[in-house]
Amino acid sequence: MTADRWRHALVIAMPYAWLLLFFAAPFAIVLKISLADQAIGIPPYTPLMAEGKIQATIANYQFLFSDSLYARAYLNALWYAAWATFGCLLIGYPLAYGIVRAPLPWRSTLLLFVILPFWTSYLIRVYAWIGLLKGNGLINNLLIGAGLIHEPLALINDAFAIYVGLIYTYLPYMVLPLYAALEKLDPALLEAASDLGCRPSTAFRRVTLPLSMPGVIAGCLLVFIPMCGEFVIPDLLGGPNQLMIGKVLWDEFFTNRDWPVASAVAVAMLVLLVLPMAAVRRQLTGESV
Amino acid sequence: MTNRLSPFLGTMIIVGFAFLYGPIASVIVYSFNASRLVTVWAGFSTRWYVELLSNDQIRNAALTSFEIALISATGALILGTLAGFVLSRYRRFAGRTIFGGLITGPLVMPEVITGLSLLLLFVALGQAIGWPKERGVLTIAIAHITLGMAYVSVVVEARLSSFDRSLEEAALDLGAKPAKVFAVITLPLIAPALVAGWLLAFTLSLDDLVIASFTSGPSATTLPMVIFSSVRMGVSPQINALATLLLVAVAAAVLIAGRILARTRNSPTT
Amino acid sequence: MPGPGSRPASEGPIPHLVLANVAKRFPQAASPAVDGVSLELARGEFFALLGPSGCGKTTLLRMLAGFEMPDAGSIRIDGQDMGAVPPYARPVNMMFQSYALFPHMSVADNVGFGLRQAKRPKDEIAARVAAMLDLVKLGALARRKPGQLSGGEKQRVALARALINEPKLLLLDEPLTALDRKLREETRFELVRIQRRVGITFLMVTHDQEEAMSMASRIAVMEKGRIAQIGAPAEVYERPANRFVAGFLGAINLFEARVVAATNDLLTLDSVEIGARLTVTHDRVLPLGTEVALALRPEKLSLARMPDSRWNNSLAGTVRGVAYRGEASDVEIELTCGKIVRATMANIGGARDTLDIGQPIFAGWSGEAGVVLEQ
Repeated sequence: MTADRWRHALVIAMPYAWLLLFFAAPFAIVLKISLADQAIGIPPYTPLMAEGKIQATIANYQFLFSDSLYARAYLNALWYAAWATFGCLLIGYPLAYGIVRAPLPWRSTLLLFVILPFWTSYLIRVYAWIGLLKGNGLINNLLIGAGLIHEPLALINDAFAIYVGLIYTYLPYMVLPLYAALEKLDPALLEAASDLGCRPSTAFRRVTLPLSMPGVIAGCLLVFIPMCGEFVIPDLLGGPNQLMIGKVLWDEFFTNRDWPVASAVAVAMLVLLVLPMAAVRRQLTGESV
Repeated sequence: MTNRLSPFLGTMIIVGFAFLYGPIASVIVYSFNASRLVTVWAGFSTRWYVELLSNDQIRNAALTSFEIALISATGALILGTLAGFVLSRYRRFAGRTIFGGLITGPLVMPEVITGLSLLLLFVALGQAIGWPKERGVLTIAIAHITLGMAYVSVVVEARLSSFDRSLEEAALDLGAKPAKVFAVITLPLIAPALVAGWLLAFTLSLDDLVIASFTSGPSATTLPMVIFSSVRMGVSPQINALATLLLVAVAAAVLIAGRILARTRNSPTT
Repeated sequence: MPGPGSRPASEGPIPHLVLANVAKRFPQAASPAVDGVSLELARGEFFALLGPSGCGKTTLLRMLAGFEMPDAGSIRIDGQDMGAVPPYARPVNMMFQSYALFPHMSVADNVGFGLRQAKRPKDEIAARVAAMLDLVKLGALARRKPGQLSGGEKQRVALARALINEPKLLLLDEPLTALDRKLREETRFELVRIQRRVGITFLMVTHDQEEAMSMASRIAVMEKGRIAQIGAPAEVYERPANRFVAGFLGAINLFEARVVAATNDLLTLDSVEIGARLTVTHDRVLPLGTEVALALRPEKLSLARMPDSRWNNSLAGTVRGVAYRGEASDVEIELTCGKIVRATMANIGGARDTLDIGQPIFAGWSGEAGVVLEQ
């Protein structure tokens, strides 16, 4: 069976090597550059080893802590992502539950239509909200036309627009795990609860909700981290006060061309966001990462 | 069992779908607006479509995006399928935990971090070994393969874990050699997952702005990059038209693919 | 084990399948799955491996098919060692518990799969598939996909797919478990009939003792990776070798006792448990004082209001419960000492001789009815 062993080794080695090279190794380089200085030139950072000495500096990290902008952007990101996750749950749970309880022939169609926006351009879905939320956008025009308001509301470039954009973009990711968890629920359990004297609301609270918790956890974990790292939504829908850490990283890199600080932001995000969330996920779901 | 929808749940379905589709519908409607002002309706017109089709920058970017999406979806399919096999079939090997972490990593990693780290890798590699000489289609495709293979592996692993291993054993037992078993039993039965995985990787690549922005060079501008810079300038009717075309194309592709898969999948694999 | 059933029951004594000290332990398992099994099957036998789940019977079957490699011991078919032969090159076919029908192929393509792998000519395949489908009465369904078949039809496709290759040995993994009860009983006869007709050696794995006894000509009862007893169904049932076999093959009453007298073929036992002396025939003289158990099948117990003169043993008690089963009733009797025994009464007399709960009763049996278990 040595031929078999070689085949197995090859099957494992190909994706493994790819991931090591293009997913794991880059982080080492990010870490290395976060310890370098910005420099004029290509590439715009100082080498870590020069004249036989290690030229590492923690100045970039000190900078992140000294300028409150970074802490604010990080906390903003957590704050927006947490509330938007909650918002997704608030809309997504009844939606998923409604689909599960819908007549069988409709179910797969309804589910398909929840997933369909996920297949369409993410950028365009964010863009659609610009047209709706702008000062002279559809929603303001409708409200003014209905005589409800006289001045356009500042809907865009505001926290409100960020919430809308985040919830809208990530809703399908929330609905899918919720649907999967709710669908597994045996209807006989609810019948048993009602047979044993539970009102529907109590049965929901005591039976449906606890049993769907794995789906709730999976959905929240699925949307929270990418929300925290969002760049497009704060950039297009947010204003100068709605800085989020992902946008800060982008601006450091593309606008300031400060690769070392951008790297330090990335390392900080990894340490303060991705790794803790991976640990939480492991704790809650028992699965690796 | 009261298997009827309560009024509340029925309302939530309607509200939820209105929320999901309202903005998309508004983009489609305004793409046919005659006025340059996106929000003022000035009659039906297809002029933005005409302008769009003569826009060389957008056409070139679309071609670049398609090229990258084709390469990366195919690469992601191959590597992701292998990874899916490893995850579901090879329960014990040295470094399996690390492998599991690496393969799901791209799914949870914020895009800005993935993009930045890959760019820095390409720069470092370019300095160290002279490859890649410049960034462009190839580097974006490599980045998208890394992202796409994670998604493909999840889809393939799910299919394989619901796959009755005794089907493969039965084929072996009936005299088919391992390679033949893979070709005539395993592959046809996981084909729906492979199609779904390829489509997923394709649309992910077509859709990606952040990672592509980091890993591209002067030679390659993708469609999302063009849309993004144009949208940053403000809402533009041409983008509405482009958005409509993309939405229709993707929706049609997904619906047709779904129909084909539903037809070929004439019996569930137990 | 001497006795009529321990030698291959059918035609000749040619060693067809020989397992010698086969052992298998899975990594990280506390105990071996198969722990030194030796077995000989004659050509054309219908043999059953019977045991509870986890006893190693399925692992043994998978080693015969070639899906698992034994750690030790050898498997020979017609003298050829199967050690290094991969599953696809073995003259063995298997009928899977889940049937493992290829969902993307028609019934005919499923049945013809093995012949296509053997690169038989097209028209030969077509003819043999048609003949095989006739044998299992599925000719009309050749073009259907497995998803469109009932459980019983799927089972017959799986059988046809394995049989068509004319293997030297057909392995059946719980062949009837997935069927409902009525169909299961019909299929037992059908499987035996087909086996006689094709003359292929069948080796069946099952956890259902009724299934094993009604179909197989010989049974091996397995426990914890070892064979506890091999024999013809009646022998294993009537003369179990130990308490495990006795308990696994249907209900049994056990009385713990000590030998107090022994003649050539008769033992006298003293049971402290029930405070009685019992006599039983036995083919071995046991030393006085040996601790044994007397095993008694419920149907060997007779019940009467007064002790019968034909009984060698009788115990007094009261009726504790009656479960009417149609053809027979199960009766629970509480003996004076408090022990509960079970008896089965054939319902010959119709509804007339009913028993009332709490009614005093005598349970008795002849000396030949019980079995002495030495271990």
